[in-house]
Amino acid sequence: MALLDHHKIIEKNATLLLVFSFLVVTIGGIVQIAPLFYLENTIEKVEGMRPYTPLELTGRDIYVREGCYTCHSQMIRPMRDEVERYGHYSLAAESMYDHPFQWGSKRTGPDLARVGGRYSDEWHIDHLVNPQSVVPESIMPGYGFLLNRPIDAKYIEDRLVADRRVGVPYSDEMLAEARADFVAQADPDADGSDLEERYPGAQQRNFDRQPGVTEMDALIAYLQVLGTMVDFSTFQPDQHR
Amino acid sequence: MADPKDENPTPTPLDRQVAENLGVSADDPHTSPANPENRISLERQAADAENAEQILRNVPENIVGVKPRADREPRRKVTRRVGKKVVEVQSTGHSWDGIEEYDNPLPRWWLWTFYVTIAWALAYALAFPAVPLLKGTTQGFLGTTPRDEVAREIQRFDEANAPIETRLAAVDLTEIQGDPDLLNYANNAGAAVFRTYCAQCHGSGAGGNPGYPSLLDNDWLWGGSIEDIHLTVMHGIRSPDDGDTRYSEMPRFGVDGLLEDQQIDEVTQFVLSLSGQPHDQAAAEAGAVVFEEQCIACHAEDGTGDRMQGAPDLTDAVWLYNVNGQADEATIRRIIHDGPFGVMPAWAGRLSESHIRAVATYVHGLGGGE
Repeated sequence: MALLDHHKIIEKNATLLLVFSFLVVTIGGIVQIAPLFYLENTIEKVEGMRPYTPLELTGRDIYVREGCYTCHSQMIRPMRDEVERYGHYSLAAESMYDHPFQWGSKRTGPDLARVGGRYSDEWHIDHLVNPQSVVPESIMPGYGFLLNRPIDAKYIEDRLVADRRVGVPYSDEMLAEARADFVAQADPDADGSDLEERYPGAQQRNFDRQPGVTEMDALIAYLQVLGTMVDFSTFQPDQHR
Repeated sequence: MADPKDENPTPTPLDRQVAENLGVSADDPHTSPANPENRISLERQAADAENAEQILRNVPENIVGVKPRADREPRRKVTRRVGKKVVEVQSTGHSWDGIEEYDNPLPRWWLWTFYVTIAWALAYALAFPAVPLLKGTTQGFLGTTPRDEVAREIQRFDEANAPIETRLAAVDLTEIQGDPDLLNYANNAGAAVFRTYCAQCHGSGAGGNPGYPSLLDNDWLWGGSIEDIHLTVMHGIRSPDDGDTRYSEMPRFGVDGLLEDQQIDEVTQFVLSLSGQPHDQAAAEAGAVVFEEQCIACHAEDGTGDRMQGAPDLTDAVWLYNVNGQADEATIRRIIHDGPFGVMPAWAGRLSESHIRAVATYVHGLGGGE
């Protein structure tokens, strides 16, 4: 038990214990994290992923601000019950423009990874204002105040720059037109061809059914795009990931 | 009234003895043991004195720089059972302020659980994809992944259901009713689909919510035959991305200034009168004119609505935008003023044809099917 005798030295020397503990954690971290940067099969190639539009990104920030992730996950696990209920299991590629990702760790409410297009905007408004009006058994709190909070996207360009710094491919054109895109997406009468060109498949309408752009517009725009980007008709999952 | 502390009963000899032991005066009413008011403070003093004495007596011989004394006998023998034998537990030799650490083994159930978890982790890492290498990860000798498993499991159920699902998707919609096997399958599968996708708006019991119609009654907005329901589920209602969706739009009479406020009030009274609710007779008569000009194109002359346009029947007691099942004056007025309309997503892209037929059959069978 000579090794254990040596171990006694560490037990009796706090600084040494700290140094060795750090070493152990470092090795564990390298083994877990480093391969994600070089393994090619970590993020699969999919068709359809695009960066969030300025309005969706703002909605995403509201989602994070209101702590939606504390009750809602955005990660459909590869299990039959989840796939049957929520749709195709989540792919790593689907969170590649999420900073930070919203996988969550707790489901008090249902998973939202593919909530986009599942309910109407009206339902989202009703449900966010008073969840119990549509789902009587729900314990979700109301977020009606979002309807009364206009947003002007003053700093939306900076917001896009921040995401670009961490690897989201926003082009210079996207940055320059960020405010225009922001306003256009929530205005059904605006010319949406530029928006569509920059962000293919972006939904353009008055999400909150009232004039002006409110936080409700942004949040619903975000919810309605969740899980809808990847074109699963062209995607063949590699079973060995 | 006199302070009770100032009354001092005559001390007994015992009181005097106690006072002397504690070093206080038996004649002072504030310290005398004869005065019941002093009992608590005197008991405290006595306890303090006792503690102080004990502490003084128990100071270890050498508090500073004390070394573990492995050679010292434990104060009392500690034993444990090994099978039937009783063995003495040895000290580890660690001792702090005279408190020794005994060398008791870990509980065996705990220890073995611990070993099993280690073995499990190793086996798991070998059996499943786990260890990242330079190119990809180890594949595991089972050659399976969670993705693989879920795909296989779903395939297994799909294959098991394939014959009946194919038949369900192929037969004429009206024939489902007459086929007990199909009907049974469609109702069960349809109920599951309904709970997953439809309950959030229409309620888990299909009773509807304000703005989301009840599917239990025979009052249908767009038609209650199995074909109608099937079409509604397929393409939705005012679904933004579906060209074949059912579509109509009630004008926003107030918001867009199509009617004066007074006219809206009048037509509200007329709508109330259609279903026989209390109303202002004079205003309703004026409202009838407005109704004839603006509303009958969709809601029909007699107010019974038009299913081709999803225009509700205004003469019955079923209200889409209800408040506790009723439509009060304020709500009807709001609807005329704002012209809201519901949206139902199209499910054709999300659900298979057989599942759409299943849920249509289920809804058709809820009570109101035509």
